Amino acid sequence: MFTGFFYKLKDARVPVSLREYLTLLEAVEKGLAGYSVEDFYYLARSALVKDERHLDKFDRVFSEHFKGVIDLAEGMDEVDKTEIPEEWLRKLAEKFLTDEEKAEIEALGGWEKLMETLKQRLEEQKGRHQGGNKWIGTAGTSPFGAYGYNPEGVRIGQDKSRHRRAVKVWDKREFKNLDDSVEIGTRNIKVALRRLRKWARTGAADELDLPGTITSTARQGWLDVQMRPERHNAVKVLMLFDVGGSMDDHIKVCEELFSAVKTEFKHLEYYYFHNCPYEGLWKDNARRWNEQVSTWDVINTYGADYKLVIVGDATMSPYEITYPGGAVEYWNAEAGAVWMQRLLDHFEHAAWINPQPENWWRHHQSIQIMHKLMEGRMFPLTLDGLDRMTGELNR
Amino acid sequence: MKFQGTENYVATEDLMVAVNAAITLQRPLLVKGEPGTGKTVLAEEIAKSLGKKLITWSIKSTTRAQQGLYEYDAVSRLRDSQLGDERVHDIGNYIVKGKLWEAFEADGEAPVLLIDEIDKADIEFPNDLLQELDRMEFFVYETQQMVKATKRPIVIITSNNEKELPDAFLRRCFFHYIRFPDADTMAEIIEVHYPGIQKRLVAEALNLFYDMREVSGLKKKPSTSELLDWLKLLMAEDLPPEALRAKDAKTAVPPMHGALLKNEQDVHLFERLAFMARREGR
Repeated sequence: MFTGFFYKLKDARVPVSLREYLTLLEAVEKGLAGYSVEDFYYLARSALVKDERHLDKFDRVFSEHFKGVIDLAEGMDEVDKTEIPEEWLRKLAEKFLTDEEKAEIEALGGWEKLMETLKQRLEEQKGRHQGGNKWIGTAGTSPFGAYGYNPEGVRIGQDKSRHRRAVKVWDKREFKNLDDSVEIGTRNIKVALRRLRKWARTGAADELDLPGTITSTARQGWLDVQMRPERHNAVKVLMLFDVGGSMDDHIKVCEELFSAVKTEFKHLEYYYFHNCPYEGLWKDNARRWNEQVSTWDVINTYGADYKLVIVGDATMSPYEITYPGGAVEYWNAEAGAVWMQRLLDHFEHAAWINPQPENWWRHHQSIQIMHKLMEGRMFPLTLDGLDRMTGELNR
Repeated sequence: MKFQGTENYVATEDLMVAVNAAITLQRPLLVKGEPGTGKTVLAEEIAKSLGKKLITWSIKSTTRAQQGLYEYDAVSRLRDSQLGDERVHDIGNYIVKGKLWEAFEADGEAPVLLIDEIDKADIEFPNDLLQELDRMEFFVYETQQMVKATKRPIVIITSNNEKELPDAFLRRCFFHYIRFPDADTMAEIIEVHYPGIQKRLVAEALNLFYDMREVSGLKKKPSTSELLDWLKLLMAEDLPPEALRAKDAKTAVPPMHGALLKNEQDVHLFERLAFMARREGR
């Protein structure tokens, strides 16, 4: 019945499976969708989408498939709704209004009055953002965005929006900001990092080993209590943080990452660098000039079983990586690339986390160089990126 | 048998569709949403409105799937054997039923089973319950007995998103994300909880509340349950609605903010904002 819709969902990368599709059909057959499109929308959403991150994609596909609205292209941003020139509104309204609606406008006090009301609504929307389901279509239905024109965008008539009928629910795209894990917080990061666990029992035996006790009691014939050490996360992580300069824009998210890793890993070592690691790293930014640690020492101190995670935006002049003396702050005898290579040769499991959005990377030469140096192991600082990173580090 | 919200619970249309689909097709319903949007209460209200018994299984980080089925109490059997108790010969005496078993065996109407905060448990937890929730049956090895649900219970599962749930598990559920209620729905919710509350107070409080949620940098945004507590306080103190509107001048920190802001950093943030507002006002 809805095979086309199903495949479109798949194409839009909403993870749907045959089983869920069959569930939906079963539900429709049992008459759960009733006879309204909205109920069908709710039903399909609850049967097919299992994660709020995909709700926005689902809404877009739904709107596209069932209404013929075109654009599915990624990253389309709505034109700022509050800055629509009055002429546009006027023109559009004139073009798409039925005679009946025009009469309604007259009743409302004519064009001037209408525009005034519209403006007022727009102002309200600017101030409050309560879902904005009032007059001018929200998010997806903005008549002026990439979506193309939607005649329901400018809606004339009293109070019809009260039950959210004026704008179709799926076109409101209320789940937009849940998409793609843009929101990242300490808690989320911790969950993402949890995949980087390696359980091991080391240290003092302070936990009762029940199966062991039973086995050895049965064997000995008397109560023989066995103890064992508690389980710990034994993964070892060495982190290098880029500080200062262009990283200032990313301070908040880096702080969150830092506080997450600090509590998540018991064996965590961290150092700072600026732009690109050279011969020296430091632990305390206030005393960075007199308390530098030689990078060689770092390499020799921490074994190859440490997983190296570098956090930096890699946004700099390409010379800072490729040429001796390229560093911005002092004279480096060997190029950053050489030091990077040394680190990577020693630490087999390494990854670079880049707070810059992934689709910007190709616009920065330095990021590309670094990406190549890391052999593609550069990941964006999003939940998805962290997930991919832990996967890579666990290999 | 249709769920339509109750006098204590405002259910949006999409929530009703999801709940009814889960009931009709006898699949579990997975409910997610911001903390304080009424996930747990939902199960209680479903049970109440359908006149069924509610069985709650609250999950902790140490909960194992087996505990929901049954547990074999080896320690008391050992003790009984030492004391020469007759009970010791029947292993069935030492099988302790779990919540799932309880739900499967309930007399009369099938109950509502709430598995609360499933994401608290180990990552493998949901996978261990796949078969049991799917077929509504499991096998007790100690007594060689098959436990099968006579009537399939309505299963509601809540999650706070602390862990990703496995795909195989998700495929078997219906899913609903409770989004944060908009002002209209919120007004309805308030009306349900405090009938006859002053309209103007609600309007002012809601304005302030949604403004607060807009403030960027809050560690924990206030949610529905906090708003309700706050309103209760406001009513108890008998504050006039005007007190809430005095935000332009000296007080950007709303009265009784303790009910809304649960974190001293957030309170500081508001105090700073208030300070800045004062300075500009001068």
